[in-house]
Amino acid sequence: MRVYSPEGASVGRTISEKILQAHLVPGAGEEEGRELQPDEFVEVTVDLVLANDVTAPPAFDSFRKIGAKNVFDREKIVLVADHFTPSKDIPAAENCAKMRRFTREQGLTNFYDAGCGIEHVLLPEEGLVAPGDIVIGADSHTCTYGALGAFSTGMGSTDIASAMATGTTWMRVPETIRIEYSGDLQNWVGGKDLILFTLRTIGVDGATYKAIEFGGPLVSCLPMSDRFTMANMAIEAGAKAGLFAVDSKTQSFLASLAPARLQTGYTSDPDAGVERVVRIDASKIDLQVAVPHLPSQAVPAESLEPTSVDQVVIGSCTNGRLEDLRMAAKVLQGRRVSRDVRCLVFPGSRRIALEAAREGLSETFLEAGAVICPPTCGPCLGGHSGVLASGEKALATTNRNFRGRMGDPKSEVYLSGPAVAAATAIAGRIATPREVMG
Amino acid sequence: MILQGRAFCFGDHIDTDVIIPARYLTSFDPVKLAAFCMEGVDPTFAASVQPGDFVVAGENFGCGSSREHAPLALKGAGVGCVIAASFARIFHRNAINVGLPIVVCPEAFSMSEPGDLLSVDLHAGTIENRTRGGVYQAQRYPPFLLALIEAGGLIPYTRSKLESTPRSARGDGSVRPAGKTS
Repeated sequence: MRVYSPEGASVGRTISEKILQAHLVPGAGEEEGRELQPDEFVEVTVDLVLANDVTAPPAFDSFRKIGAKNVFDREKIVLVADHFTPSKDIPAAENCAKMRRFTREQGLTNFYDAGCGIEHVLLPEEGLVAPGDIVIGADSHTCTYGALGAFSTGMGSTDIASAMATGTTWMRVPETIRIEYSGDLQNWVGGKDLILFTLRTIGVDGATYKAIEFGGPLVSCLPMSDRFTMANMAIEAGAKAGLFAVDSKTQSFLASLAPARLQTGYTSDPDAGVERVVRIDASKIDLQVAVPHLPSQAVPAESLEPTSVDQVVIGSCTNGRLEDLRMAAKVLQGRRVSRDVRCLVFPGSRRIALEAAREGLSETFLEAGAVICPPTCGPCLGGHSGVLASGEKALATTNRNFRGRMGDPKSEVYLSGPAVAAATAIAGRIATPREVMG
Repeated sequence: MILQGRAFCFGDHIDTDVIIPARYLTSFDPVKLAAFCMEGVDPTFAASVQPGDFVVAGENFGCGSSREHAPLALKGAGVGCVIAASFARIFHRNAINVGLPIVVCPEAFSMSEPGDLLSVDLHAGTIENRTRGGVYQAQRYPPFLLALIEAGGLIPYTRSKLESTPRSARGDGSVRPAGKTS
């Protein structure tokens, strides 16, 4: 599928290639304007380096072993205490203390302590990411910022430590898989259903080492919250990045949260070489549920055998945005959570929690019998605040349903969007809004 | 360098949540993590694995989280090498960075049974099944990764870079990885 000219250069360039090109650290004696090729290893500068309370402490350790004294730019390191916070136990508290110490020592300007929010919801809200940026984070869901047209990807703590010290990292230039969505969405269907259906189509290793570019006529209709959800789960196909081109919706998002960073970003050339194009008719996509134990095992929610659940989790870096909470509240309004279900709501950030309170969503959740928790990763990774016992089942708007992800290895996690989650909380079994709202 | 060990066999998509569940991530001490290594998929693994033994797995080994704790747990458990049909991207990077040898070889995966005695020649990129008598060619590392591995991982690589580059010049005088791969 990739189109090459006889000289070996493709005719057009993808978003990923353009961003990496713009950040290239030139090698000794290298000619100017050389065009990058997929599968090439390059060194690039980074615009932002992220770590959280699980991955930052080992990164500090590596930072010292490297022999580094100072971070490359104290405004370009972001530390977020979100995974095991408010600290679930003494070791978690010690890890947060290490983050505060490192922040003071280095004079970092972007440390977000417990309660501020979940990193991938928080960074865009804080205006820290702009189109065309390269962001690397010691968290696999760092790919979320692709929704803003940034090239963002997850790495481990040692890679992050190296980038904190040097402001650079190495990467392999990825091939691009373009996924094109057409057709109008059915009622209640959103970004989560699109990405679960996409994962079923391409598989959990369908994009390993590649960049996904989300496109097609439907994309311009998708609100930013849906785009964040989709880019967030690009990693569940193994992808290095999941990108959307910048459009008017991206621009208005940035205009309100990061006016200083308003940029046009990059668009793939019409003749850009891509590895393959996957075309999806979104009008045929029903509300989806991914059954245990892979996110790619998505099926239409209404095709499932009756499945009772013990817990419903609404929130996370995947679906903890205001639009997600609005959708859940719309279903829960005036209804009751089943007495056999614990329904936990995790707003993605303090700002979202505040807005949810102002809009009356919090009242709806509490009246329905749900619990509103602090903004944290919490149960998504079986950390705290909603860990499952052996044999229990949860339906969650989170991103992974691997074995033991939310607790005991004999527990099970089903994944869905917020509408199915709210309906399931009411019904006590996996259900859609159509079933519970009549 | 020749590595030798017994095979512990696993299937496809062994994710980082089963390699080391998140509830243990408040520590990054390889020895502490090792006690829970592979708990989600084989609770007997940590007690039965011997220093030098191999993990042999199918496609997409290490998918999921970016936790470097996953290769650290395997290393702490004494695993000498992971042979898989393929690796997830972040795990692949992390394993190289922390010095856990990993080898891509679908054939060795499909031809190995639990308990087989395997040996790996990292330089030649060959895997021998001494129990069954097969020799398999693993995927070769691209030159850039070989250089990183030979430097002893990312920490010595970056340390030498920091030592050789004056701070004021950083970003335009730094060492760039060797060019295009095959």
